[in-house]
Amino acid sequence: MRGGNSRHTRNLRYLHRSGNEYVSGAYPEEEFWNDLLRVTRGRTNEHLARMVIRRSADLPAWMESQGCRFQKPLRGTLGLSRTNIFFRGGGKALMNAWYTRALDLGVQVSYDTEVLDVELDRGRCHAVRVRDGQGERRLTTKALVLASGGFQANIPWLKEYWGDAAENFIIRGTPFNQGRMLRVMLDKGAGSAGDPRQCHAVAIDARAPVFDGGIVSRLDCVPFGIVVNAEARRFYDEGEDIWPKRYAIWGRLVADQPGQTAWVIVDHKAISLFMPSLFPPHEAGSPAELAEILGLDGAELEKTVAAFNQAVQPGSFNGDAPDGCRTRDLTPPKSNWARTLDTPPYYAWPLRPGITFTYLGLKVDDRARVLVGDEPAANIYAAGEIMAGNILGQGYMGGLGMTIGAVFGRIAGEEAAGCV
Amino acid sequence: MSESKAGMSKTMQEAERMMRICNACRYCSGFCAVFPAMELRRSFTDKDLTYLANLCHNCRGCYYACQYAPPHEFQLNLPATFEELRRETWQRFSWPEIFGGLFRRNALAVLLITSACVAMVLALTFLLQETAVIFSEHQGEGAFYKVVPLTVMVVPAMLVSLYGALVLGAGFVRFWQLADGSMGSLLDLRAHGRAVLDVLQLRWLRGGGDGCNYPDESFSHGRRRLHHLVFYGFMLCLASTSLAAFQEHFMGLQAPYPYLSWTVVLGTVGGVMQVIGTSGFMLLRLRRDRRPDPEADPGLEAGLNLMLFLTNTTGLALMALRESSAMGLLLVIHLGFVLGLFLTLPYGKFVHAVYRYGALVRNAREQQAEGI
Repeated sequence: MRGGNSRHTRNLRYLHRSGNEYVSGAYPEEEFWNDLLRVTRGRTNEHLARMVIRRSADLPAWMESQGCRFQKPLRGTLGLSRTNIFFRGGGKALMNAWYTRALDLGVQVSYDTEVLDVELDRGRCHAVRVRDGQGERRLTTKALVLASGGFQANIPWLKEYWGDAAENFIIRGTPFNQGRMLRVMLDKGAGSAGDPRQCHAVAIDARAPVFDGGIVSRLDCVPFGIVVNAEARRFYDEGEDIWPKRYAIWGRLVADQPGQTAWVIVDHKAISLFMPSLFPPHEAGSPAELAEILGLDGAELEKTVAAFNQAVQPGSFNGDAPDGCRTRDLTPPKSNWARTLDTPPYYAWPLRPGITFTYLGLKVDDRARVLVGDEPAANIYAAGEIMAGNILGQGYMGGLGMTIGAVFGRIAGEEAAGCV
Repeated sequence: MSESKAGMSKTMQEAERMMRICNACRYCSGFCAVFPAMELRRSFTDKDLTYLANLCHNCRGCYYACQYAPPHEFQLNLPATFEELRRETWQRFSWPEIFGGLFRRNALAVLLITSACVAMVLALTFLLQETAVIFSEHQGEGAFYKVVPLTVMVVPAMLVSLYGALVLGAGFVRFWQLADGSMGSLLDLRAHGRAVLDVLQLRWLRGGGDGCNYPDESFSHGRRRLHHLVFYGFMLCLASTSLAAFQEHFMGLQAPYPYLSWTVVLGTVGGVMQVIGTSGFMLLRLRRDRRPDPEADPGLEAGLNLMLFLTNTTGLALMALRESSAMGLLLVIHLGFVLGLFLTLPYGKFVHAVYRYGALVRNAREQQAEGI
């Protein structure tokens, strides 16, 4: 199993002065920086962030020279983006290309091998302790690059911040992101970056696999219906803003509901407005019948739907942009795309919080060196999710994780090569 | 929303499950025509899946790029499932039904039938022709026909070809009726034009630019090039045979033709191309990663490769030794292989040409309708 969460990714955000065969227009440094400032609400390190932005400019060309391939625009959802360049075949294809290149260069890969501990002596790592199929052994090191991700698959750790609710979280990516290296280094005095209590959580189909469900468990239907909790009551404005922007808040919203579960309900009018879902929706002729299938109180759901329908104001519906179709005198309101639920069949998808990644990481400098007690370690580097919190202290923008990973991975690799 | 899955084969249901996952992911859109065609649909019926499976060129790009391939619990393996579904399609559309079993153990069946053909042709020749004639040298015009008379050679060949064309044609019509629904749409010349171009360049074995993942995970144009050798070699041999027939019937020129005549040059080059192509296919196949394969190998590729290889090598040997006393025997053996090849063509891997072409025309129509 190669590539941690990268195998679930699909694109990379990068600085470019003009459009090209892969992106539709320019994405200059100031716009990139302002976007980052906005999503992190300032929780970033400007020096490192600007370095990542600047050094992202030549990533695609360099990656192509290493065998990575990008996707020219196609019709459909994978259309042309202005800011992000898409990997042909997605993240796993990208990982395959990296591994092919590494193997060509003579790099040895040990699969199913876990690093347990790091021998740290005055900022220098001499050896690591590893465990593989044959048992535990000590590996001496000239340089160590930590690229072992966050701790989002470590439920007990998540429970420190989320309590028992974390038992009901679905982990969208690899089960191997246990945060072991993160914990080891923090315990040995390494500095931390990023909000330790937060994780990137989205609302996904509750029937998704517990780990590695990736992209397919995502649901795009929330703005076109209503979302109710186990009490069959609405709890948040489903039409607050266009969906990608709101996508990331629904994980937290669902996590705060009883049983960490909720249901999105649409009627027949809406069914073709969003990507088909992996798991077919539950389907019924009336809200009461639907409630019975979902195990909700039928009378309560009818009441919720009736109240919602009554509050919907006339307007001209437009699924592609905020259209001002809203409710009046309803709590919580629905501010866009509000249309009455009146055309059977009614459809419902169960929701659960899906955790993408955690923000807590190791503090690094601009040479990707891990800071131990404010001093950069002599030969320990970090790249990827384990240090992304330096730049992305909170919030998220699509494709930025890959940008940080690629820029810091490249730096860490060059620096580590210098130690050998 | 929920399409009835009643009556779908197990493979078909598996393909339906996988297409639903793929349609919620769509990372593979850049590899081939299957994914953009998939994106035009929200659910997948028997007709959609039959079409998509035959549109798939088995480049295997989607297997290696797939985040849901084994060991993931979704166990996505589109190349294996589609290959099996294609086999089911071919069997379903073949005629008569009683020969459908040939699609299950193809290599063995093809070998047995061809051996029988060679044995029969040999036996008949030795029964009807004097041994001395078979083993003497024959030179100049009409040399072949001194061993096997022209009519004896031509009439069975015509009958077998006609039969094959009928079976393949009927299969194509049944496929088209299912996949498109309207026979009138077959008059769409623009769609045919696009499909022919797709075939001539094997566009969808390019895997988005770097070739397909065959025989293993690394990208390679090897398979596409080998297919070109076999395809164009086959076409050259067809051209050579047609030219020979023309000269025979309309110009009164009898084979064998001079070594530097168009007939011999086209046939020789075509034959050598096919021998190289099919050998390459067989070697690559031995080294292939078996994970994107269906569980059972019906030997369809092996059957066709072997038949083309043997028919062409015996043809080349005949050409090389046609002035020696071995000519008679070689001619009879070659004719036996040709007979076996054409008898088994409609019941093996060769039919992919028919259904793939149909799927490409369907795809061209669909993409045109989308304005692409």
